[in-house]
Amino acid sequence: MSIAVTRQDDVVIRFAGDSGDGMQITGNQFTDTTALVGNDLATFPDFPAEIRAPAGTRAGVSGFQIRFSSTDIYTAGDIPDVLVAMNAAALIVNYKDVAPGGIIIANTGNFTERDLQKAKLATNPLEDGTLDGYRVIAIDINARVTEALAGSPLTSKDVLRCKNFYVLGLMYWLYSRPLEPTLEWLAAKFAKKQDLADANRTALRAGYNSGDIHEVFQGRYEVVPVENALPGTYRNIMGNHAVALGLVAGAELAGLKLFLGSYPITPATDILQHLAELKEFGVITCQMEDEIAGICTAIGASYAGMLGCTTTSGPGLALKTEAIGLAIMTELPLVIVDVQRAGPSTGLPTKVEQADLLQSLFGRNSDAPLPIIACATPADAFDCAVEACRIAVQYMTPVILLSDNYIANGAEPWRLPEMDKLPHFPAAQVTDPAGYAPYARDGKLARPWAVPGTPGLEHRIGGLEKEHITGNVSHNPENHQLMSELRRDKVLGVRDTIPTPEVSGPREADLLVVGWGSTYGAIRSGTERLRRERNVSVAHLHLRHLWPLANGLDEIFARYKQILVPELNMGQLSRLLQGEYPDHRFLHYGKVKGKPFTAREIREKITAVLEGKS
Amino acid sequence: MSAVQLTPKDLKSDQEVRWCPGCGDYAILNATQAALAEIGVPREKMTIISGIGCSSRFPYYMGCYGFHGIHGRAAAIATGTKTANPDLSVWVVTGDGDAMSIGGNHLIHTMRRNVDLKILMFNNQIYGLTKGQYSPTSPAGLKTKTSPFGSVDLPFNPINLALGSGATFVARTVDTNPKHIKSTLLAAAAHKGVAFVEIWQNCVIFNDGAWKDWSTKDARAERTIDLQPGQPLVYGKDNEKGLRISGGEVEVVAAADADVWDPTTAAPLAYVMAYLDEREDLPHALGIFRQHDKPTYDAAVKEQVDALTAKKGKGDLKKLIYTKDAWQVG
Ligand code: SF4
Repeated sequence: MSIAVTRQDDVVIRFAGDSGDGMQITGNQFTDTTALVGNDLATFPDFPAEIRAPAGTRAGVSGFQIRFSSTDIYTAGDIPDVLVAMNAAALIVNYKDVAPGGIIIANTGNFTERDLQKAKLATNPLEDGTLDGYRVIAIDINARVTEALAGSPLTSKDVLRCKNFYVLGLMYWLYSRPLEPTLEWLAAKFAKKQDLADANRTALRAGYNSGDIHEVFQGRYEVVPVENALPGTYRNIMGNHAVALGLVAGAELAGLKLFLGSYPITPATDILQHLAELKEFGVITCQMEDEIAGICTAIGASYAGMLGCTTTSGPGLALKTEAIGLAIMTELPLVIVDVQRAGPSTGLPTKVEQADLLQSLFGRNSDAPLPIIACATPADAFDCAVEACRIAVQYMTPVILLSDNYIANGAEPWRLPEMDKLPHFPAAQVTDPAGYAPYARDGKLARPWAVPGTPGLEHRIGGLEKEHITGNVSHNPENHQLMSELRRDKVLGVRDTIPTPEVSGPREADLLVVGWGSTYGAIRSGTERLRRERNVSVAHLHLRHLWPLANGLDEIFARYKQILVPELNMGQLSRLLQGEYPDHRFLHYGKVKGKPFTAREIREKITAVLEGKS
Repeated sequence: MSAVQLTPKDLKSDQEVRWCPGCGDYAILNATQAALAEIGVPREKMTIISGIGCSSRFPYYMGCYGFHGIHGRAAAIATGTKTANPDLSVWVVTGDGDAMSIGGNHLIHTMRRNVDLKILMFNNQIYGLTKGQYSPTSPAGLKTKTSPFGSVDLPFNPINLALGSGATFVARTVDTNPKHIKSTLLAAAAHKGVAFVEIWQNCVIFNDGAWKDWSTKDARAERTIDLQPGQPLVYGKDNEKGLRISGGEVEVVAAADADVWDPTTAAPLAYVMAYLDEREDLPHALGIFRQHDKPTYDAAVKEQVDALTAKKGKGDLKKLIYTKDAWQVG
């Protein structure tokens, strides 16, 4: 018997289950295999807010969405075509997002009376008509896995823990993906636990084979590789990992060793963990007693001649505020990575928002300017981290690199940089006492970097205002004015080394959509589709550099009749742009739901603006 | 490190020293310059890192590298500097407010990690720079501008805090005895690991005479005892009295019957000596409370980096980026 294989161009699958069901592993395996198949892809893991929400409850649902395609894509997709729901809670939390007529695979093994109760359901949604209009595939995965693993030495509890691989196998069958990458991964992962490796392999194969045997699906699908992908070498990368690699690369390109002083905080901790592995690169990681010590050790290390770096999220950035001022005053290179999360105070630590832009710009006492850049996608995070290192070293300044939860935990194929094309920006540490002055300045207004251990350059720095050139403590009014201007102008001077960003879309149009950070994908795909399908007069401008703003933006803004600024906040870039370019009007479009924009939301907003409805 | 001979003058900077006339900081500065000149470290490898407060202006007056940090954070900044370059001799200068109040967290963690830093904490029991408010070492009842009816805070015992945090070298000295400061700092410099040195310091303006019951020459003889390795626990004008510890109690005995002090002991005797501060009938202890050998943080960090580099070979950026799971397009 043969089952027809239909071609699809673009598919969104959401895996959802209890936090203990291994949905993140399932999603990551599906992602890695899909990358190897040659599809473009984007992922969006959605972690539960509570670490140990009771099993089976709505609060404990963990999700992983992957979109994969035969063409270039920019987001993890708005609407799942397929939902895998491992229990009743996962189904009820997610089913409304699924496309009408979409596939819902439900594990009936976890729809017992008790499961329904835990999910706060009076009736079984598989039977009460809730899912009318969807193609529901009900499988008792618990029973199937138990059958498949009959005779396994594992306990029945451990047997059930293999059910995520059964589901993975089934999805591999449905979308014609090879099993080998996951089989190899299992072999390596459980090299020392053969029983587990065997059981998961068996579950994976059983799931795959069930597609053929049980005829639960009417057909299979295939999503062929992207044809016109840019030639090159690719790998799959998540944002936090890309930042870590970019920092290592940035330090090496500066001819320095990397020092990370940090403190664990969601969702930035992975960067510290990745860098802690890389001792052979001379990377020093210090997990300190708090956020303040994290940045202060980094400042102390930069003072000693390393490239100091600290990683955090919004609440941690707030704690580091005073020390950032010290780095500005002492004019030492420093990279501060803020992986933004949602809400003030503790807020929604596992959800996305891009609301630390104004904190980054202005969240310090007095006039304390520093350069800010933001990454757009997981792969872009590598380039941005390198760029942050470049600016920090060339301008002797702290730099804030903004990422966010969506980038940090999202994945996409990364076209690897050609190593000989990476920029080099060797740090110039001075050694010659002749003419040395701690606060003399070069063409970029950067002061010389003289590190302890260098004979003849003994000098003192600190947080008190410095006298121009000599660096001695000065309370002179004229000097403070001058130094404030120098600090401002030095940072503004960074714009001489950054390109004017390119507009995607028409040179002139009715509407320009300006974005920054992780909204890149939704805005890019929303604007492209409106142009392609409905010939809408709209263009997209993405800003990597948030401070200083690149040269030439004024001319760009002038070419568009209206300007829309979508942001995952209550109006931050729009406010900045309105202040800097008062001749233009910037229309804010905000969303603060802990979720990224969908491309559809962007399209609808654009349409509304152009129709004069907003 | 080659033996370098400096004079105290080599360690003076060109900056005018600006503490109030009569401030205890002057004596500490001079004694520190005298001590550091003798530790065999060249000027360029000495770095003084401070926080905020009167004492924290110290780096400006030293002719070596210096970093005047922000309030409370000197120990954290210094941890970064020392870990980045363990070859440097890094000294932290701080005060009771800076180290034990706003910087308390960094202080205890720096001590438990055993970072090879020398921490000099000037204790004047007052906030001097902000002109006279009670500090975390002010005695209860102290009347200050923010405690006009007497402070209701109970103070830290700095020595106990250092001991409890696991500092491997804990000592105390006093601004009225430059020779003692110098010998204490030389011992701290010779110690491999964190050294916490409390220095009783007189703030002549806002808390004058806070230590006078113990710090004047006469009071020192009768009311303090100097803990020195291998020396008997004797005190008094003619060293005629001694201390003996038995059953957790300290008793005054004839000098000949005094115990011999051993700061390297694992027994909790250093705590007993710190508690003398609470006894009116017994002398307060100066000198070296504890001197233990433990691996230092900065050396351990470097060892890991060196060992992993030796094992895996120097990191290759291209290999780090171009992993096995990469694939080719076109
Ligand atoms: S205020 Fe007190 S501690 Fe400060 S310089 Fe004057 S005397 Fe010294």
